[in-house]
Amino acid sequence: MGFIDRLRSRTGRRDREDRSERSRTDGQSEEPQTDGQRGELRTDGGSDVRTRGGLSRLKHSDAVQAVPFWLPPALLMGWFVYGAVGWNLLISLTDWSGLSQPDYTNLTLEMYTQMPNDPSFVAAFRNTVVLLVAFTVVSLVIGLVLAILVDQNIRFENTLRTIYLLPMALSFVVTAIFWSWMYNPSTGTINVVLSTIGLDFLTMDWIGDPRTRLAAIIFALTWQFSGYAMVVYLAGLRAIPDSHYEAAKVDGAGSLRMYWRVIVPQLSASTTSAAVVLMVFALKAFDFIFIMFGDNPGRSADILAVMMFRVAFSRTQWAYGAAVATILFLMALSVVAPYLYLQYKRGDL
Amino acid sequence: MATADGTGRSVGDRIAEHRAELDTQRVVLYAVLVGLVGFYLSPLWAGLTTAFKSQAGFINTSPLEPPTPAWFTVEPWELAFATLQGGLVNSVMFVVPATILSALFGSFAAYGLTKLSWRGQVGILVIFLAGVFLPYQSVLVPLRQFWSIVDLAGLLAFAPVLANRADLLELTITHTAYGIPICTILFRSYYKTLGDEMIEAAKIDGANAFGIYKRIVLPLSLPMFAVTLIYQFTQVWNDLLFALVLVTSRSNYVVTQSLNELQGSMAQEYNIQMAGAFIAALPTIIIYIVFGRQFAKGITGAS
Repeated sequence: MGFIDRLRSRTGRRDREDRSERSRTDGQSEEPQTDGQRGELRTDGGSDVRTRGGLSRLKHSDAVQAVPFWLPPALLMGWFVYGAVGWNLLISLTDWSGLSQPDYTNLTLEMYTQMPNDPSFVAAFRNTVVLLVAFTVVSLVIGLVLAILVDQNIRFENTLRTIYLLPMALSFVVTAIFWSWMYNPSTGTINVVLSTIGLDFLTMDWIGDPRTRLAAIIFALTWQFSGYAMVVYLAGLRAIPDSHYEAAKVDGAGSLRMYWRVIVPQLSASTTSAAVVLMVFALKAFDFIFIMFGDNPGRSADILAVMMFRVAFSRTQWAYGAAVATILFLMALSVVAPYLYLQYKRGDL
Repeated sequence: MATADGTGRSVGDRIAEHRAELDTQRVVLYAVLVGLVGFYLSPLWAGLTTAFKSQAGFINTSPLEPPTPAWFTVEPWELAFATLQGGLVNSVMFVVPATILSALFGSFAAYGLTKLSWRGQVGILVIFLAGVFLPYQSVLVPLRQFWSIVDLAGLLAFAPVLANRADLLELTITHTAYGIPICTILFRSYYKTLGDEMIEAAKIDGANAFGIYKRIVLPLSLPMFAVTLIYQFTQVWNDLLFALVLVTSRSNYVVTQSLNELQGSMAQEYNIQMAGAFIAALPTIIIYIVFGRQFAKGITGAS
């Protein structure tokens, strides 16, 4: 570690001095010594040329030397991610089902053409979109409110942040069990609280009743992930230049409007990145629904992720399951691709 | 700004008024924050009280009330632990290697990428980054097909100890592979902030890429390893989907599967369910409370 520390402290100093001593070479790296000695070594034209010539040669060997580092992980990941996505697409074009092996010789789009006529698919697709949009919007709004509240120079900020983010550290399996209990019609917390505060007429079988089932799921998922939106927004708020922030803060009277006009527009980058991640979470919400309802939550709360699992792994209609999975993949892609392109354009990659 | 609102009151007045307003604002603010704490903790609190109540206890009392001595019992915890202990051991056995491997691979890949030119880097980077957002459903059928073709249990038949654990080995490899994208992204964002100077210096010393990684990059990466390991551990520990698809023999059930089974078989015994949920969540809760900062860094690095 000693070697590192010396290098690090030297680098730190150099960063600071960088502007004034840009032309200093790396020649002294063997002997990390005093500043005086370094001073003697700088602006040595000869060594500058040597470095430049060396660098271009090094760059070539660099690219070669880098291959053993990135290629094995890229291959492993590439096979499991992209290989599998392609294979899935291929399977979706067959009519594979049951215990047989897939037959890749006769590929058709049959699995896809039957989708619009499958009411179960239509319902699952609609619910997925509803879940995606409602969950993302509500989580973003709550996350933003949380972030603004936590950002008011409050005491115990760390503790509060830790609490608001805690649900995110839990497994869907765990949170689904907690929320099944919360929603219990007779002794669940939700109904107990509602009747305690005199809202008896609102008590109902939240996850039993098909009319409220999807909303109840979205509410619980929002509980679990709004802390994430808070963390992203908080980072965004803290990155806003002090001058803007102070101006908005000083104007105490209209602070709400100032937030709306000055602060929120500056958080668009945070909003985009949080929204993308939340949408992908929503597409992955399988575990939660599976624990609560098993592989068939009924038309009112079925989503594509659950339907895919049911069709493929419970009914062994592999090809149809793969086709549903492809639709899910395309949905994720349509969310993520524009985002990645935007990041690339912005140079944030 | 002061003149803009056109009032002629003294500054002192306005400040005093402002402060009074601020004080009430502060009170409301803290009240809202505490209320939110109540909301975010209520499912856990209700679960915790229920886990310590007997069946009659949780039926007859509000889940928000702590158990009274008459209803108090630790039996649910004993029963839940007895059901989950096999799953806990299995989970530890595959989560730890999967976490370490994907972090290491992520670090390798990120380091390799920093050495490429920007043009070469960006394409490979996008490939990794897109992998972060993959909905796992879209690979499940091929994944199952792949592992049934590979037949790890058959390949390991010479060592029955390993062959019996083939499911867990499959899970380890699978989770490692799907963990690589996010780990790479996390490490890369960190390596980008490390100055080139030290690496250039070591290069001129004659160190090759491996030497530089071992002597400079790896030791400097330790804080990022903490972030990545914590993030990845939580993700893999909490996952159910891959286990459902890949783990077939009951003796290899991981903890989320055992918990799922416990929930199904004890549908009305909420106290045992809650105790089980806490037992299964305990490792991630502890890690979260101890390493909250690293956890937050990990999840925001994903965006």
